[in-house]
This record gives sequence, structure tokens and C-alpha cells, in this order.
Amino acid sequence: MSEEQIKNLEAQFEARIARDEKIEPKDWMPEKYRKTHIRQMSQHAHSEIVGMLPEGNWITRAPSLRRKVALLAKVQDEAGHGLYLYSACETLGVSRDELYEQLHSGKAKYSSIFNYPTVTWADMGAVGWLVDGAAIINQVPLCNTSYGPYARAMVRVCKEESFHQRQGFEIMMKLANGTPEQKELAQDALNRWWWPSLMMLGPTDAESIHTEQSMKWKLKRKSNDDLRQQFIDQTVPQAELIGLTIPDPDLKWNEERQSYDFGEINWDEFWQVVKGHGPMNKERMKARVGAWEEGEWVRDAAMAHAEKKQARKQKQAI
Amino acid sequence: MSDKKNWPLWEIFVRSKNGLEHRHFGSLHAADAEMALENARDVYTRRNEGVSIWVVESKNITASNPEHNGEMFEPAQDKVYRHPTFYDLPDEVKHM
Repeated sequence: MSEEQIKNLEAQFEARIARDEKIEPKDWMPEKYRKTHIRQMSQHAHSEIVGMLPEGNWITRAPSLRRKVALLAKVQDEAGHGLYLYSACETLGVSRDELYEQLHSGKAKYSSIFNYPTVTWADMGAVGWLVDGAAIINQVPLCNTSYGPYARAMVRVCKEESFHQRQGFEIMMKLANGTPEQKELAQDALNRWWWPSLMMLGPTDAESIHTEQSMKWKLKRKSNDDLRQQFIDQTVPQAELIGLTIPDPDLKWNEERQSYDFGEINWDEFWQVVKGHGPMNKERMKARVGAWEEGEWVRDAAMAHAEKKQARKQKQAI
Repeated sequence: MSDKKNWPLWEIFVRSKNGLEHRHFGSLHAADAEMALENARDVYTRRNEGVSIWVVESKNITASNPEHNGEMFEPAQDKVYRHPTFYDLPDEVKHM
């Protein structure tokens, strides 16, 4: 194809997206569109998979059966969400094996929030309420993104995600209304998860390298700073409602903007965690790679069994 | 030990309730059809989304090429006489 022809195709492609048409796997697309989508969708899938680890940590120690079934169901949903997203990603011609390899080798990123430890039961509340809350704010606009398989996966993810946030808030509410020790547990979890949750919505607009192109492709509909403001405005009243204090002395309602002003985010910490120096980066990767490697014999055995069954069937047919 | 045989990819179709058609829900990897059904149950019907599942190995699907959409689908565009509104009827004929 000549350069002229490619330019022409690209112009048509951008026009389709501008008209809100969806792009499907076999349609022509610019190489950059394909690559950007593989990067974002796989990063998203990896986050779901690694995101199971901090919560899996508490399944056996959930304080009641009600909490345990909810947590189990939530972690199972995350596995499901990872699978929806991996298979959506595979429609762009990358294999599941390559995607796993990128995660395990550290080439691909996942959400930095999962590199923080879950040290008390209250963390299950804070993670559901804040981390899933921030994730929902990020994900809802993606239900309308331009790439069909991604948009369809996101519709399902968003539908399932709302229970995650509610069960987390319920845990926090219960603890906040409990004994002084329980309330302290809830406040401590909020103190530790608040800032990482704000960072989770991504670097400030000035620092975000992918925003402009992603906006054009509808991979992003609002900037990181707008999403963060939305998250803060919606979460502060929820904290007040259950009598917890947001750990930010500069947090103040701004009458003019009809929004909360908030304190400085420690971006050094964010970049440190992204670069692999968070409290749990090594631990998470070790658990993930370990699960994959120790499961190899099971995958091989299943394949061998399937082949044997197939051969037996063919023999009978003769 | 493993000679690297990856589980093949399967396309999953789910009938959400009787009276409706099976609809494409997504795909997943599984060693064989039976496992694909079991995995599809866990991945795609955790909240009563289905009463029946079909699984088809992805490599068995033949798809039309969007680059040929012109010759494939455009011929239908100028055949307005295939639609009821093409035919002029007097207003007195109410339902036809």
C-alpha cells in the first residue's frame, strides 16, 4: 500500500470514529490504534488478575459466612473480568501466551494500587469502596469506546462491578458504627487507601502522555484530573455519612466551583510504585508467576486428556 | 516436559431465556468442548444470564471479510421493492 493510500484509509478511519461508528476486529485499523488498544486492554486485564491477590488474602479469614461468600464472589468476578478483557484483546491478533509473558516478565503494567498490602479486614472494605469506586469512574465511559469487543466487555464488567463497591462500603459502614476499635480499624484503612486511590486515576493531565490520542479514539472520554475530581466529590459525602474523616487537611468545599479543593498528591510515591518499588510489587509478581508455573502440569494434563478422549472417539468410529 | 500445546480458543453463545436466540457472548480457552462448556458457565453465566450454552472452536468459524463489504452487502441497498413501503396502497386499506 502506498503512503497516499494509507493516509486515505486513516482519514476514513478517523471519520468513522468521529461518527461514533464501532470498529470491529477484522476492520482495517492504523497500527497505532491496534497497539494502543492491546496495551490498554491487556493492562486492564492484568489489573483484574493481579487485583485478585490482595483480596484473596482475606477469603479464609472473613469474619462471617455472609462476608465470605461476598468476597469469594467478588474475587471470582475479577477473574471473569480478566478473562473477558484478555479475549477481547486477543481479537487484535495477540495470543494469550504473549499477554501472560508480558505480565510475568514485567514488560506490561497493571494498576499500581494492587502493590499496596491488605493488612486488616477493614482493608477489604476500603478496597471495595475506594478502589472499585475509582475503577467504576474510570470504566463507565469505556462502555462507549470505539473498539467493539472492548466496549462489550466493559458493559458486562460495569454491570457486575457495582456490587463490589457496595459490599465494600457496607463493610466500612459496619466497622465505623461498631466498637471504638472497629471504628479505628476503618479509619486506619481509609487513611492508607485514600491517597493511592486518588493516584490510581492516573497522572495529572499535564503529565499524561497518552491522553490526547486516547480521547480521539474514545478510549478516554474524560481527563484523569476530571475523573479524580468526580471521585473526590462523590466519595467525601459518603465518608461523612459513616463518620469517617478523609485524611487530607486541605480538603475544603469550594462554593464557587461546586467541588472539593484537595491537597497535593505525592506523585513521587506514585512513580516509585509504578517503577516497581511499591511495598508489594515483588510479592504480587511472585504469587502470579508461581500460580502460572505451578499450574502448568494441570494445563498439560487437561490437554493430554482431551487428546486421548478424542483419539478414543475416532477409534470407536472406525 | 510440556511441548507447549496451548488450549485452543472457543467462541461462546448463550441463550438467555427460552424464546430467544443464542447470542455471541465472548470467547475463552479450554482443552476440549466439555471443558469449554464448564468454563463458559463460570465465566459468562454467574448471574443467571443463560439457560443454554453453545461452544464452537474459533478456528471452525468462517467469517466474511469487511474489505469485501461492498460487493457483499451493497447489492441489497437498491432493492427497495423488497420492503412493504415500496408499494402504494389506498388509505382505505388499513392493515396489510
